[in-house]
Parts: sequence; structure tokens; C-alpha cells
Amino acid sequence: MTDVTSPPADAPVEDRVENTDAGLGSAERVLRRDETSAVLRLSEAEAALLAGDPDDPPVGDVTDQRMILNMGPSHPSTHGVLRLMLEMEGETILRTKPVIGYLHTGMEKTAEDLTYLQGPTNVTRMDYAAPLFSELAFSMAVEQLLGMEVPSRATWIRMLMCELNRVASHLLFQATNGMDLGAVSMMIYGWREREEVLRFFEKVTGLRMNHNYIRPGGVAADLPDGWQDDVRRLLELIPPRLDEYDTLLTGQPIFRERLQGVGVMTPAEALALSATGPILRSTGYAWDLRRDQPYLAYDEVEFDVIVGTHGDSFDRYAIRLNEIRESLRIVEQILDLMPTGDYRTQDKKVTPPPRARIDESMEALIHHFKIFTEGFHVPVGETYAAVESPRGELGCYLVSDGGPKPYRMHIRGPSFVNLQTLPHLMEGGLIADGVAVVSSVDPIMGEVDR
Amino acid sequence: MSDGPDGEEPVTEGPIAYGVPVIESNGQVVLHPAPDQWLDTVVALKADCFCMAIDVTAVDYSAHPGRTDLPEGVVPERFEVVASFIDHTDGRRVRLRVQVPESDPVVPSLFDLFPGTEAMEREVWDLVGVAFAGHPDHTRILMPEDWVGHPLRRDVPIGRIPVQFKDAPTAR
Repeated sequence: MTDVTSPPADAPVEDRVENTDAGLGSAERVLRRDETSAVLRLSEAEAALLAGDPDDPPVGDVTDQRMILNMGPSHPSTHGVLRLMLEMEGETILRTKPVIGYLHTGMEKTAEDLTYLQGPTNVTRMDYAAPLFSELAFSMAVEQLLGMEVPSRATWIRMLMCELNRVASHLLFQATNGMDLGAVSMMIYGWREREEVLRFFEKVTGLRMNHNYIRPGGVAADLPDGWQDDVRRLLELIPPRLDEYDTLLTGQPIFRERLQGVGVMTPAEALALSATGPILRSTGYAWDLRRDQPYLAYDEVEFDVIVGTHGDSFDRYAIRLNEIRESLRIVEQILDLMPTGDYRTQDKKVTPPPRARIDESMEALIHHFKIFTEGFHVPVGETYAAVESPRGELGCYLVSDGGPKPYRMHIRGPSFVNLQTLPHLMEGGLIADGVAVVSSVDPIMGEVDR
Repeated sequence: MSDGPDGEEPVTEGPIAYGVPVIESNGQVVLHPAPDQWLDTVVALKADCFCMAIDVTAVDYSAHPGRTDLPEGVVPERFEVVASFIDHTDGRRVRLRVQVPESDPVVPSLFDLFPGTEAMEREVWDLVGVAFAGHPDHTRILMPEDWVGHPLRRDVPIGRIPVQFKDAPTAR
């Protein structure tokens, strides 16, 4: 395994892990290309060193036509602030380094200063295209530590909202993917349909994004009267539009040429790189937490796990398109199966009293005040809860010290991990295909950087 | 796999799996290898169909009032590296928690076994300051390269931007 020469134990940590040939001034080391690796490992300082002064004589072999091209962090096809350092030879990408951190706001640190009730307001801002999934993973972790059962209606409301959120997220993908590939009309259509879903979210949660709707113990509010009509309207509206996308994109030769055979990945590579979600499924590997490790009530609804065959960008596009159809199929079943009852637990420890009670009861007022100022205490322990977000496995590792705030909250962001596939997908491709690959990985930078 | 933590077990050590103490935490299997068993345990897991490293993270326990969930014989240290693995054939999950002393916060990297841990280990180094020996690109990932310190350590305070209110006599 790792054969590390061990420096003295009292040496500084940095010295003990540093590669022997690392360090500044070693332009030779940077230029030396490991043929087996698609990952460019080049620090800012080393890159600056390579850039040098244009008047200086070139470093290394003058016949070497390789260059380092910087793409982003502000670039229309990088979905936010992803920056790529590309080692190019002509138009061909040799190695890639995704540079991230431009959106790092220390949300895991912030979580240690927020109560468990405030926690969802924080995590919902991570994956801003699919905010309900982060809230769900966090709430499930808290409920595991509390040893709490959520009422069945709350479970089904969570499922309804999450599946609609998956639809919204994949519609956003269709929009941006189309835009990246030059199918600009698709961008308008994708946003248009997503807006319909967001309108329903606004009606239920009060907000189009960053809902803070799924909370430990249940959901923030019951579904509004007439929600079935709104959901039915979506179920009637969206499928014909998806068929339009098929006409517009799926069968279209130019679109297929841009995606087929671009950014190919094998199942073994995807597993080794810890890729989950549509990237893993595009390789023909059927793994979906909803089916394989059912949470909420996914074992009570019928749906298919969509898999690809070739592991290319086209498969990832087609999987997301068809996952919208599967999600709508789940939503249709939820319409019939939605139970009645409480939308949040009646455990007084975590649930504030109803608003009307506060006007007539001093105890209810105190209770309300205590929950919102001090928060509720969660037993000592640690747990990991995972859900299948539109981008893959979204996990929440939570450590409690018995107080009202998490001792440590870590989110396993699927975008963050999936981003590691980028260099492997882009290796040997053209730079124009690189745009298609970034788009097909569908990273949400809020979740990558957290 | 294994039942709850020790207690009625007459032997001094609790239950063992893959040669290391194992406990159950909220229904999840948690292994507690010693630092020198870390790599061997992961090798054993990989041989036992755990095909994917789901997550690597770390916790700084320096401000924790005291852990009660460690099995017998495991000495609590300041840092703990937590890694999760998944077996897709049986749908099993397992979590490894290894104690890393403050005086020598280094564990072997899992990169050679699971290349997908590269970014996660960089994140742990960047934010918590536990180093991974043998990592191919041991650099910061989220913080700027010239940043000093590791923000997720408990002795790093949460930064605040002072808000200036008009005519406010003092900061709150």
C-alpha cells in the first residue's frame, strides 16, 4: 500500500506529508507529465512560476506545445464559480485541475453555531437547485439522534416535495445543458417549466428556493388547501413538455453529435472515484438509494431506476430527462396515497406550540420562547443519514455533545465528490467537449464549496 | 453484524469485526481501528465487497465534554477521522472512526485504495488539519493557498464582521 518513508516523528506535519520533489522552483516537476493520470496537480504558486515573464526564455523543451489554460471562475459554462486549469495541447485537453473554494462560506462551521431548529436554514443554501434534499438529510440525522418517529403524513409530504424538487432540479439541468451546447431555446423552456414547480413550492413553503420547509420533526406547514389540483396541473403540464424536449433535443443530430461518446466513464472508474447519482447510473450501474436503501416511504411507491449504457454525456442527459418522468410517476402515486394526520411530530420537546395557543397560555408562550431561543437538546451521539439527491448521495454526518447545537455537522455533497470525475471525463477530449462534460456532471457550486 | 456495545460481555474486549472493536451507533456499524490498523482495516473492507468510499471527514473533539460511545480500549484523542464505506451488493454500510492525536495528526492516505477520497482528504487537511501521508496532492482545497490555520478546529473562533450602527455607543 502507501509506501511512505517516515521522517522523524517530531518533524512538522507539512514536512512529513510533502512529496520529496514538491516545492517551488521545480518547474521541471510540473512539466513532467504522468501519463497515467488525468488529474493536473499544480498549485497557484507553481502556475504563477510557469507563467513567468513573456520575455524570459521558455522553460523546458521548446518543441513542447503544451500550455496551461485557465477557464473560469467566471465563465458562462461553469455553472457558477468553478475554475478549471486545463493542460492543453492544441485543442486537446491532457490534464485538468478543478479549482474550487470560490464560494466557500464555512457553512459547516456556521452549523456549529446554530440550533438544530435553525440548522435547515443553513444547509438549504448548499445545493440551491435542490434545497429540500439537504434539509431532509439534516433533519433525518437529527431525528436519528433523537430516536424520533416522524408522522406518516410528514413523511409523505417530504417525499412529494423532494420528488417535485428533483423535477425542478433536472429541469434546470436541461436548461443549462441546452444553453452550454448552444441550444439556447432549451434554456428558456427549461426555466419556464421549472418556474411552474417553483410556483407550487412558493405556495406550500412561502419561498421559491431556500425553503427551510423540512425541519427536524416533520415539515414547517401542512400542504395548502387544493394542493392536489396544483399537483395535478403540474402532472398534466410537464409530460407533454418533456416530449417536446425529446423532439427538440433527443433525436436531433447536432445535439447528439455534441454529446454521444463525449466524456465516457466506465463503472469501475465511477466506483473508484466515489461518483454517485446520474454519473454512476450512466455507466449502466443501477444504484439508487431510493430503491436500494429506501428511506422515507420509497418502498411503498413504484418507480424505475434509469440507467445508461455508454457512460457518456448523452446518457447523463437522457437519464435526467427520464428521471423527471419517474419522479412525476412517484408524485402521481403520492396523490392517491397521501395519508391524513399530523404534518409534524407532537413531541413537545421539538415542536413549538400552535400560534393560537400562545395567545391564551403563558406556558405555551414560555415553551415557544425556549424552543426558539435556546433550542432543544439532542442526546450525545453521532450518526450519518443519506438521501438520493438529484446529483447523487447526499449525506449528513452529525455529532451531538448533548447540547442544543450540533457539535459537528458535515455534509457529504455529491457535487463535491462528483467533481473529481471531471479530469477523467475530459482527458483526451476537445476543449469544446469540455464544456459539454462540465455541464453533464451538473455541479452545484454552493454544495461543492459549502 | 455485531450487537450493541460491551456490557454483559464477560470478556474484557467488546465485539470485534475486521480485527478491530465494533459498536453500533443508531443502528449503524462503526469500527474503531487504532491508527496503525487504519490501512489494514480498509484493505479488509475492500476485500469484503465494500466497493466505494462514500465519505471522509474529521471531527475536532477538543471542546467536547466527553465521549461515552467509544468501545473499551480505545483511547480518545483530540481528532477523529471518520470514513464511511458502502457495499452495493448487500447494501451494507460501515463507518470507521480512528483516533488521531494532536501531537501527531497524520494518518495514511486511502488514495491508493479508493482514489475517490482524494478531494475529501484534501478537505479534511484544509479545514481540520489532519494530514494524510502518501496523498498525491496534499494541498488546501477550499481555503486560499496562503491561508494559515484550519478553520474547523474548535479553537478557531467564528469570524464576524462588525456592524456599524449610527450613533451606537458600543459594539454589542
